[in-house]
Amino acid sequence: MRFMVIIKASKESEEGAPPDPQLLLDMGKFNEELIKAGVVLAMDGLHPSSKGARVKFSGKSRTVVDGPFTEAKELIAGFWLWQVKSLDEAIEWVKRSPFSSLAGESEIEIRQVFEMEDFAPVLSEEQIQHKVDARAELVGQEKK
Amino acid sequence: MSATDPHQALHRTIEAVWRIESARVIAGLTRLTRDVGLAEDLAQEALVAALEKWPQSGVPDNPAAWLTATAKRRAIDLFRRNAVAARKHEQLARELEVLEQTSPDLDSTLDNRIGDDLLRLVFIACHPILPTESRAALTLRLLGGLTTDEIARAFLTPEPTIAQRIVRAKRTLADKHIPFEVPRGAEIGARLASVLEVIYLIFNEGYSATAGDDLMRPSLCEDALRLGRILAELTPTEPEVHGLVALMEIQASRTRARVTPTGEPVLLFDQNRTQWDQLLIHRGLTAIERAHKINTTFIKISRGPYLLQAEIAACHARARTPSETDWPRIVLLYTELAQLTPSPVIELNRAVAVSMAHGPQASLTLVDALASEPSLARYHLLPSVRADLLYKLGRHPEARTEFERAAALTRNTRERNLLLTRAASCETDPTNR
Amino acid sequence: MRFMVIVKATPESDKDGALPDPELLLEMGEYNEELGNAGVLLAAEGLRSTSKGARVKFSGKSCTVIDGPFTEAKELIAGFSILQVKSLEEAVEWVKRAPNCCPGGEGEVEVRQVFEMEDFAPILTEEQIQHKVRARAELPNQTANK
Repeated sequence: MRFMVIIKASKESEEGAPPDPQLLLDMGKFNEELIKAGVVLAMDGLHPSSKGARVKFSGKSRTVVDGPFTEAKELIAGFWLWQVKSLDEAIEWVKRSPFSSLAGESEIEIRQVFEMEDFAPVLSEEQIQHKVDARAELVGQEKK
Repeated sequence: MSATDPHQALHRTIEAVWRIESARVIAGLTRLTRDVGLAEDLAQEALVAALEKWPQSGVPDNPAAWLTATAKRRAIDLFRRNAVAARKHEQLARELEVLEQTSPDLDSTLDNRIGDDLLRLVFIACHPILPTESRAALTLRLLGGLTTDEIARAFLTPEPTIAQRIVRAKRTLADKHIPFEVPRGAEIGARLASVLEVIYLIFNEGYSATAGDDLMRPSLCEDALRLGRILAELTPTEPEVHGLVALMEIQASRTRARVTPTGEPVLLFDQNRTQWDQLLIHRGLTAIERAHKINTTFIKISRGPYLLQAEIAACHARARTPSETDWPRIVLLYTELAQLTPSPVIELNRAVAVSMAHGPQASLTLVDALASEPSLARYHLLPSVRADLLYKLGRHPEARTEFERAAALTRNTRERNLLLTRAASCETDPTNR
Repeated sequence: MRFMVIVKATPESDKDGALPDPELLLEMGEYNEELGNAGVLLAAEGLRSTSKGARVKFSGKSCTVIDGPFTEAKELIAGFSILQVKSLEEAVEWVKRAPNCCPGGEGEVEVRQVFEMEDFAPILTEEQIQHKVRARAELPNQTANK
């Protein structure tokens, strides 16, 4: 399963202040751990919203609004894309992230990414059991 | 996510912790006990203890340390009992000493040692003395953190069969005193090849439909990819490892496009390439670059089979449409691959590339040379390719015969239907065009 | 340069089990095909509703896990893509051409610039630079790299 792990923005990240060197170091180590565990598909940090824009869709019309945008809570500062077995595993990894060492509060959001299975058939539990039984029979026959 | 039953939630958390930590715990225990079967049993006992204790005490801050410490205590008890029963066992006494003195230190200064242990575990689980299917089961168990049941379902095999395979594998490793070490020198090439073979086998089990109406099992591909990526970090200077990872990333990138919503297989050239996962392709191309850098650094001249296959896959991945495919390059890559690992199947693939680069006639000559190959006698792709070439050359009646032959040989119903459709599309009378 | 295109969620898009409308999927598919043909699409993913997600709140050393769903639609994402283009303006242009995927026809997409490795260079500390220098020195056959 794949998950997007979202780091919310903060006043500091929006100000474009260089991150705390210790945090950078810890984050680097954390990312290394993730990579060594084979779970990282992608990871990126985002520049503050002052370098961004929003496009409002209304029917066929599009309106562009330049950043910066004010509510940090609505903004993303960075994200990972992880490949893990379950939401619980993603949560476990997030718990090991260096955000706990930060002053104040921070919040990480974890969201599941749509997979092919959501749009197309894969083997159901029943089919799997059927195949297991069929294979067992086949093995039994081959031995004769 | 459902409103949580706290027991269920904790159970899932413990499962997740197990998946993250178990390989390292087992690796560390194997170093201490020198017996991978015993190490795994001890780790499992520690897991049981965790399932009992953590609901009350909560998940510890350092779960891996907790599991290792618990497992070690059991090992010490076990050895004490054995030592008492057999006083002459110096070996056991020494092991006991080692166990009692070492602490389950898992902080960053010992990252290297953990990495080494993990690598040793990889090599032992994939030891060539074990049959391939046992290596696969053992690897998924020890390194993938899968339960026996999960492995059984992944391989569509009864659970007791898998359980037996794993038990026998552990026994073989113990009986033959297979050392817990990273192979060196002349040995490493063959041993690494054995590891890569296992990982790719697991990947293919999830990726290819071998018989009947199998659909893909993407989670197995994920397991294999994860193992490959882990290995790439453990052996960063091995180009073939990056080659295998690249191959898997690129093949996995096509998952969405390979099967129709109703489960029909879609041939590479018919796939909607906009459904190819560009993120995975990018990862694959990056892995290939990594392999190249190593080759340049160490002035290696030749590329290995996985890297070559990855490069072939990359040629397809880079082509936005089939017509943009760099076929001459693919021909060269197959030629190099054929020299390394000569095989009729590779020759056949090369022939297909030749047909795209140089036309069907040149290719037909190569394919006809394979007609008497005994290993291809029941391989449906041989008549299938030949049929396609004959069709392109306008030799429809012969093409039809070959399509029908291919259809009779394939065990995959969907593929059979595809071939029969093509047979039917051959005109009976070529003069009626 | 790379830009992340963030599709904001709406209360409808975030419903549990919500799958994109098939008609819309088709349109998005065609749009992504255009992006792909132009060589600018690096990634594009849809996110399942927040009912399948979670948040982890850190407060000092303690952390709390909160299960979805989450209600503040303004803070939620429905999907994202990553584009490789020459400028913010180009990214915005591409976004304007996207089909209107918002139920009810009202929605918002945010475009943000992605950090590249080069962007980090100025803020490496002296220690980190020394570490890198040392690490490079440990690579075998340095002369072969030249």
